[in-house]
Amino acid sequence: MIAGPVYAFVLVMWLLILAGGGLIVTILGPFSFGGSVDLDPILNSGIKVAIALLLVTLWIFTLSTIKNWIFKKQLKS
Amino acid sequence: MENQIIVAVLVSIVAFFTVFAITPFLIKFLEKRNLVVKDYNRKGGAMVARPGGISIIIGVIASELVLYAFFPSIHILAIVITSSLAFCVGIVDDRRVMGGWFKPVALAFCAIPILLLGAYDPDLAFPLFGSVKIPILYIGLVIFMIPITGNTINSIDVLNGIASGFTSIASFALSAALFVMQNYEIAIASLALGFVSLAFYRYHKFPSRIFPGDSGVLVFGATYGSIAIVGHVEVIAAVALLPAIMNSFLFLSSMKKIVEHRQIKNPTFLSDDYKLGATPDKDAPITIVRLIVAGKPLTEKEIGFVIFRLAIFSGILAVITAFLMDVRI
Repeated sequence: MIAGPVYAFVLVMWLLILAGGGLIVTILGPFSFGGSVDLDPILNSGIKVAIALLLVTLWIFTLSTIKNWIFKKQLKS
Repeated sequence: MENQIIVAVLVSIVAFFTVFAITPFLIKFLEKRNLVVKDYNRKGGAMVARPGGISIIIGVIASELVLYAFFPSIHILAIVITSSLAFCVGIVDDRRVMGGWFKPVALAFCAIPILLLGAYDPDLAFPLFGSVKIPILYIGLVIFMIPITGNTINSIDVLNGIASGFTSIASFALSAALFVMQNYEIAIASLALGFVSLAFYRYHKFPSRIFPGDSGVLVFGATYGSIAIVGHVEVIAAVALLPAIMNSFLFLSSMKKIVEHRQIKNPTFLSDDYKLGATPDKDAPITIVRLIVAGKPLTEKEIGFVIFRLAIFSGILAVITAFLMDVRI
């Protein structure tokens, strides 16, 4: 049994949570998409939600790639 | 502080000994009424009593009400009501096999008391970077959180003692994190869940004398989720739960849909020497157990200890995250 890659997977998940939180709080949260134009706050929030969901998709894709790599490695050993 | 220590000790004693004392009677009661299921991984396929959710919910309610007597807050009340509703959802699923969507939808309704009581803070706090105000989105988060934690704990209830042992470790880690953040009242609420699951683990560990059933695991998950919301430690709670979240993620990414776990192909096989190995079936989902035994077959007890070590690892990460909550970059 190789537990190392599974621990690495959990660690990567943790790091992605920290990085994702940083992106949301420092960039996405304070950003206004209207610029100088007075954009509807609901539309502004909607765009932010869409970007957050895109980030989640990217997060899942990254983890899925790692998962396939770990599983193949475990089966080979 | 002295007062809080006394309450913490009292609540922990009530939580542990209620479940510890009630469960043997519940086992006898269930066995007498033939409410038993086969443990397929055991030599001879022993029959095991189910569901143990009754003693778990009694332990949660008794201990949280003791806490409420000392700290009468809506937060504790929200935990008790949400856990009780989740128990009702679980007991329905224990008696009748419901579709894959039943639990997520029903558990979403269990979160409503938290919203009605206003027992939440709409600021989502992240370590290192501060918090973000999401008043409307947070309502959605509350509704999603209970089904996620409930189903996440449910998804790891695959081997003897895993769900209760894992919940115990995650709850103690969350409690430690809440103590670090000086949220003592909710820290004690989490401590109670830790001791309830620890007492149940005594009977659930390999070889199991009782299974928690859906009623038990959904109480574990919903109580944990509601503590995360009312304690304002959503991110930390998610970190402590990472191995179980990983299991759900692995499962969903290989199955590509939400299905009831009883409807899926077994991701492992049982060898002649009663060890679990990874099935070569390509259609079977990849789960944390399949990943652990992919290298070589292991006994049920050995797999349990690997998962518990992972839970301790993520628990340490959760406490580190709690310390990082006050750090800014």
